[in-house]
Amino acid sequence: MNVAIIKYNAGNVQSVLYALQRLGTMSSVTDDPDEIISADKVIFPGVGNAASAMNYLKEKKLDELIVSLRQPVLGICLGLQLLCNSSEEGNTKCLGIFDSVVKKFDDTVFQNKNLVPYKIPHMGWNTIDHLSSPLMNGISEDSFVYFVHSYYAQLSSETVATTDYINPFSAAMHKDNFYGVQFHTEKSGLTGEQILKNFLNIK
Amino acid sequence: MLAKRIIPCLDIKNGRTVKGINFENIRDAGDPVELAMYYSQQGADELVFLDITATVEKRKTLVDLVKKIAANINIPFTVGGGISSVENAFELLQNGADKISINTAAFKNSDLIDAMAKEFGSQCVVLAIDAKKESDENWYVYLNGGRSKTETLAYDWAKKGIELGAGEILLTSMNNDGTKGGFAEDITSLFSKTLAIPIIASGGAGTMKDFADVFLHANADAALAASVFHFGEIKIPELKRFLSEQNISVRF
Repeated sequence: MNVAIIKYNAGNVQSVLYALQRLGTMSSVTDDPDEIISADKVIFPGVGNAASAMNYLKEKKLDELIVSLRQPVLGICLGLQLLCNSSEEGNTKCLGIFDSVVKKFDDTVFQNKNLVPYKIPHMGWNTIDHLSSPLMNGISEDSFVYFVHSYYAQLSSETVATTDYINPFSAAMHKDNFYGVQFHTEKSGLTGEQILKNFLNIK
Repeated sequence: MLAKRIIPCLDIKNGRTVKGINFENIRDAGDPVELAMYYSQQGADELVFLDITATVEKRKTLVDLVKKIAANINIPFTVGGGISSVENAFELLQNGADKISINTAAFKNSDLIDAMAKEFGSQCVVLAIDAKKESDENWYVYLNGGRSKTETLAYDWAKKGIELGAGEILLTSMNNDGTKGGFAEDITSLFSKTLAIPIIASGGAGTMKDFADVFLHANADAALAASVFHFGEIKIPELKRFLSEQNISVRF
């Protein structure tokens, strides 16, 4: 199998590459349109700022390329957010695959009446539930996965895993050949490995 | 529910793991990659690697080590020790580190925090603070691995660090470090209950109850320890069972 990891200015690319390696799958990190189009699977990773990432994708014309892909595509973290309609981060218009808006966590909410603030970014291991989609095959409800983010995709009909932090949000999304996870599959232990495996097994 | 994190810390010198008792009397506790894989299988939620002999010549050794760790473990890890520029940080992140911890260099040049946050995002920037409670009952910032005192209050520095873009604070109590008498609940509690980013408590872990106390009483988001894990005095699966019995959310 031939997996392309999209190379752009927002990357935790190396970790994704290593995670695939541990599963015995070779992948290439590339921004070459032909290589991306001809890949069996495409992974769209990302850590960083939505506005600058979108600008970069547009500059390289990768925005049009990504939405035109027909093979299974997995957006990770910022990758999921960029597949949504828009993001509050820099008021950015995104790729519009998922019918959801990316919002900033409300930092005026407190954990309890003693006014202990919620910590932002949402960082660490949290549970996923309401699981559906082949991406979640074999994953138990309330499994822990690793998150690091300050913005989240609102729930929508395309949500296939939900996490509650300050409010419920989309931990994973699926529409047609597009999949997205807010958490870092590549850093989520055995659960993350299973989800990556599921993605690689999607026909 | 967001889990409280258990973080073994591996002090690295010349590519080997060591643990300083009160930052001195270093003992050898093994091969970092092997230990990292062991801890990740045991259920550690994250790992921290502190290169305590980071010099320019040693930098390449550290980068090679980061590469090996990243290739072998499937949980997040932080690297720290002598990182003083965006370029240093970039090289480590490019090779698979998830976060970079900065301490003395950030204090001497606070623009580093801002520059790293802008370049890589706050989630990559862990501000490590070594704090010591003096006879005036105030906690002061110490630099250079605890060797140099400053006149800055740890809390003031933490607040400034957050304004500049730090995404997490690794708070080590020098009074508690190496004592195995428990974490410093007072300063951890102050930080964790009033600052809006995650706080990792460090220094003083001796028993499983110490972990429960720092989560329940001081509201720490994560607890870090070294020797109790390295020498097998506390086993992570048992620790997590124990915490879970106290209704503390942990990951299994």
